[in-house]
Amino acid sequence: MTLDTPPKLACPDQLELSGGLPTLMGSRCRNCGEVYFPASQGCTRCCAIDMEPFTLGSEGLLWSWTIQGFQPKTPYNGGESEADFKPYGVGYVEMPSGVKVESRLTVADPAALRIGMPMVLTLEAYRQVPGEAPVFTYAFAPAA
Amino acid sequence: MDNEVAIIGVGLHPFGRTDGLSGQQQGAYALREALKDAGVEWKQVGVAYGGSQDGGNADALSNHLGLTGIPFVNVANGCATGGSALASVIAAIQSGMAEIGVAVGFDKHPRGAFNPRPKDWGLEDWYGETGLMLTTQFFALKTQRYMFEHGITDDALVRIAQRAFRNGALTPHAWRRRELSYEEIAESMPVNLPLRKYMFCNPAEGGAALVLCSAKHARKFTANPVIVKAAVMRTRHHGSFEVFNPGLAAQQSPAPTVMASRAAFELAGVGPGDIDVIQLQDTDSGSELIHIAENGFCEHGEQEHLLRSGATDINGRLPINTDGGCLANGEPVGASGLRQVIEICTQLRGQAGQRQVADAPRLGYTHVYGAPGVSAVTILQAG
Repeated sequence: MTLDTPPKLACPDQLELSGGLPTLMGSRCRNCGEVYFPASQGCTRCCAIDMEPFTLGSEGLLWSWTIQGFQPKTPYNGGESEADFKPYGVGYVEMPSGVKVESRLTVADPAALRIGMPMVLTLEAYRQVPGEAPVFTYAFAPAA
Repeated sequence: MDNEVAIIGVGLHPFGRTDGLSGQQQGAYALREALKDAGVEWKQVGVAYGGSQDGGNADALSNHLGLTGIPFVNVANGCATGGSALASVIAAIQSGMAEIGVAVGFDKHPRGAFNPRPKDWGLEDWYGETGLMLTTQFFALKTQRYMFEHGITDDALVRIAQRAFRNGALTPHAWRRRELSYEEIAESMPVNLPLRKYMFCNPAEGGAALVLCSAKHARKFTANPVIVKAAVMRTRHHGSFEVFNPGLAAQQSPAPTVMASRAAFELAGVGPGDIDVIQLQDTDSGSELIHIAENGFCEHGEQEHLLRSGATDINGRLPINTDGGCLANGEPVGASGLRQVIEICTQLRGQAGQRQVADAPRLGYTHVYGAPGVSAVTILQAG
């Protein structure tokens, strides 16, 4: 994806865009090594509160999936009318650290989704309202 | 045990939609029914625990029933509110704080799926704004993974819903009283695959209440008390797969249901094979599917065979959700866990009419699960 101006992000703190692919950011417990997404203030595993930033990466394996078949109520702010709503995929993607990240998926076709398939991170304009800059969030796409 | 607690009265305001009554009015109705059933006056009650999610404060029921000055604690544990209220009343009676206590729950939800606010759950706004914070999504994602790991097909999800509506049709106070065919369920709208429209319960309205006292005094009030052998509530450990989680830990750990269930069986001194009638949280077919095994009633992966063989039907070996569960009754969050307990009491008293489990069931079991990872289990015995 190429963009002329920096994209408006729903969750800028969760993403690092300076490299080639967007990368997910989390945190790691300095005491026990447990990894978190999103970044956590403390470790729910060992109860320590000494965390460091951790780069989760851009690629993983599809761990579970569903298709969001109806338009969510607020706080969802996709901005489309109910008639224009298009179902979207949602999944957990297992990252190399073992953490599973919940994410929108770029495909919403059950036949195209399979647990274990390789996925790659991208940006998706989930909110596109006329007269406004589109708002992007992270999403996983099937790896080519 | 000499400080056991008994349920001496039950009361329900039928679940569904009641346009003319507020949630609190439905709660007050249920509470009056329970007091009448126990032959107890509100003035005799020494402690109350109750809750609702969208129906206002439970302690406002005192404005309906009478301002007697008792400690009335508001409980807010999501779908596990009723179970949490019940466990709290039991502990209060066992401590000697009061001789008679009540647990009450009610609710009145708007139509459609719940729309929680991220900040209430310690989450950032983007999680809700980008369309990831839906309970239906969580149930689907958990079910999908579970079916993959244990080799279960959509057939099991359809059969759970079919049995719920079949039992609902036999239950005079149920909300959904029409049996649905296998095809109607299997071909209904995909809400969050693998879960479809008729595999989900609906947020609803209603009220439910219990009156309890020390078991040694129970027969002063009623000829058919139900003894609480265990009432256990547990919350999640690190690594369990719970609702409203943008990320899951690398290593999975057992659900709060497993911990609550094990503790309840230990406390009651019985095992899953001793239970005659069962209520499991069935906000959706997938949740019940998982809960059958998490509560110890079969091994993971055995559910499909169990369901096909009819073992979970009213006349089967493990009768589950004999009143149609959440699927046929809807889910007024505050009241739902107590509705389960009332159905078990009704079965143990032999008062369940057309849906009565045969041969005088002696031991019953209830299980609720709620956000953000709370479970409550009771084991009940005919007195």
